[in-house]
Amino acid sequence: MRDVYVLGVGMIKFGRYPERDVAELAAEAAMLALKDADLTIDDVQLLASGNLFQAHAMVGQRILQQIGQTGIPVINVANACATGSTAFREAYLAVASGEYDIALAVGSEQMGKAGLLGAGERRESVEGILGSGLMPAVFGQAGVEHMRKYGTKIEHFAKISVKNHKHSVKNPLSQYQVEVTLEDVLKARMVAYPNTLYMCCPTGDGAAAAVVVSEEVKKKSNRKAVKVACSVLTSDPWTERDLTLPDVNTLTRNAAQKAYEKAGVGPKDLDLIELHDCFATAELLHYENLGLCPEGEAARAVDEGWFEWGGRQPVNVSGGLLSKGHPLGATGVANIYEIVTHLRGEAGERQVEGAKVGLAHVIGLGSACTIHIFTV
Amino acid sequence: MTNETAERSQPRQRPIVPFLRLGEGGEKPYLVARKCKNCGALYWGNRVACARCRQQSGFEEVRVSDRGTLWTYSIVHQSMPGIPVPYVAAIVDLPEGISVRCTLVDVEPDPAKLPFGMPVEMVTRKVREDKDGNEVIAFFFRPAATS
Repeated sequence: MRDVYVLGVGMIKFGRYPERDVAELAAEAAMLALKDADLTIDDVQLLASGNLFQAHAMVGQRILQQIGQTGIPVINVANACATGSTAFREAYLAVASGEYDIALAVGSEQMGKAGLLGAGERRESVEGILGSGLMPAVFGQAGVEHMRKYGTKIEHFAKISVKNHKHSVKNPLSQYQVEVTLEDVLKARMVAYPNTLYMCCPTGDGAAAAVVVSEEVKKKSNRKAVKVACSVLTSDPWTERDLTLPDVNTLTRNAAQKAYEKAGVGPKDLDLIELHDCFATAELLHYENLGLCPEGEAARAVDEGWFEWGGRQPVNVSGGLLSKGHPLGATGVANIYEIVTHLRGEAGERQVEGAKVGLAHVIGLGSACTIHIFTV
Repeated sequence: MTNETAERSQPRQRPIVPFLRLGEGGEKPYLVARKCKNCGALYWGNRVACARCRQQSGFEEVRVSDRGTLWTYSIVHQSMPGIPVPYVAAIVDLPEGISVRCTLVDVEPDPAKLPFGMPVEMVTRKVREDKDGNEVIAFFFRPAATS
C-alpha cells in the first residue's frame, strides 16, 4: 500500500435545507473540496459517496449528474453513522492500492426533523415494552454503565455538552453556535437519563467532501497536503453484553489499538481529536477508549478541563456532533474536514496552534468504528 | 368454518418475541435461549454458527431463569408518538450468563430507586391485540419480592 494524502476538503454549513435535494448538497461540498484541491471533476478517477437515508438511491451517481458525468466508478456506501468515514476509507483504499491517483469522498445526509433515531413503525413496535432501542436510551445505558463502574456523575457528562457548545461558537459551519451553561444543560428537558436535550446531538442536513491523492499528484500541487497516517475500520467483536447493549467501548478500543500501531503514534502525540459525541455520555466513554486518559479517570479529566480548546488535548473543537450537528452520512467526512483544516493551519479563530497530528473517530451502531489519523 | 368461528370467539395468546414461551397447563411463562453446543455461548434466536467460537456445532434450546439483576438502565422521557413515558429501559443480567433488554415495571423511574445489582424478576402482561384478535403477551421485569 502506498502513501495517501488529503489535498482538498469542503463542507457546507450543517442545518436544515428542506427545499434542496440531497445530491445538490453533496455536490456543493464536492465542488468546495475540488476547488480547495485546485482540481476539477475531470481529474477525479473514483467517487465514494456515503449516504444512509437514501442508501438505495444512487446518491453518488446523482452527485456526478450535478457536477459532471465523467463515467468514473462510483461506490455508494452505507454503514450507519460511520457511513461518511467508510466512504472516505474506500477512496483512501482506491488510491493506496495503486489503482487510482485521485479519488473523491463525499458524505451527505438529509434528515429533516427525523425525530428520535431508532424509532420504527408504531404498530408492531416493541419500543417501551422490551426496553428501548432509541439512540438516546442506548447511549444513556452506556453512560449509566460508566457511572456504575467508576462513580461518574451526570454533571461530568453535562460539562462535555457545555464544552462542545462553547467550541461551536467559533465554527461558522456548525448547525448551532450557541453557548450553554452547566445549569442550562442540567435543567434542560430530560430525553433519556442521563442525557438531557443539550446532551443529545440534533438531527439535520449536511454534506462534506475530501479529495485524496497519491504522492505523485501531491508533489505536483501547490496546495498543502495532509498525510493519511492510517485508516482503520472495525466491526463489533463478540463481547458479553453486545447482544443487548451494543459494546461501543471494545469496538473503539480495537480500532484505536490498530490505528496507533499503523500510524506509529500514541494517544499522547495527538494535538486534536474529533470523536463521535452523538451523546455527551458517548464522548466521556471514548476518552478512555481512545487512551486519552487512564481507565476510569474520564470524569476527573473532564473536571480538570483536559479536552477544552486551550487544554492539553482539545476534543471536538468543531463543536462536535452535539452542536455542529450529525447529518449521519456527512459526519465522518466532516470530522476529517475539521482535522485537515487544523493541520493546515486554516481553522481561523478556533485553530489549535501548531497542530501536527489529529485523529478522527466515528462509530455507527450495529456496529462499525472508523479511526483515521492525519499528520503533517 | 366452525373451527374459524371457535377460534375467533376464544382469543389466543401470542408471545411478542419467539424467545418468550407462555407455558402450558398452568406453567409460568419463561424465556428460552439458544446455547452453542461447543462453547456454551447463549443467544436470543438462531445463529448459523457461534459468533463467539465460530464453530458450527449446533445449538440447544435452554430455559433461563426468570430472576436476574439490574446491570444498567436509562429512563426514557421522550419516545415515539403514542408510547407512554417515562419508562425504565434496562439491561438485566441472568444467572446463566446472558443479558436481556427489557422494561422495568412497578418501580419509580428515579435513579435513586434503581440500585445497580438490584434483584429483579420476570412478569408477563398483555400489551395489545394483533390484527387477528390475538392477545400479544410481553415480558417485563420488576424488583424481586424479597423472600
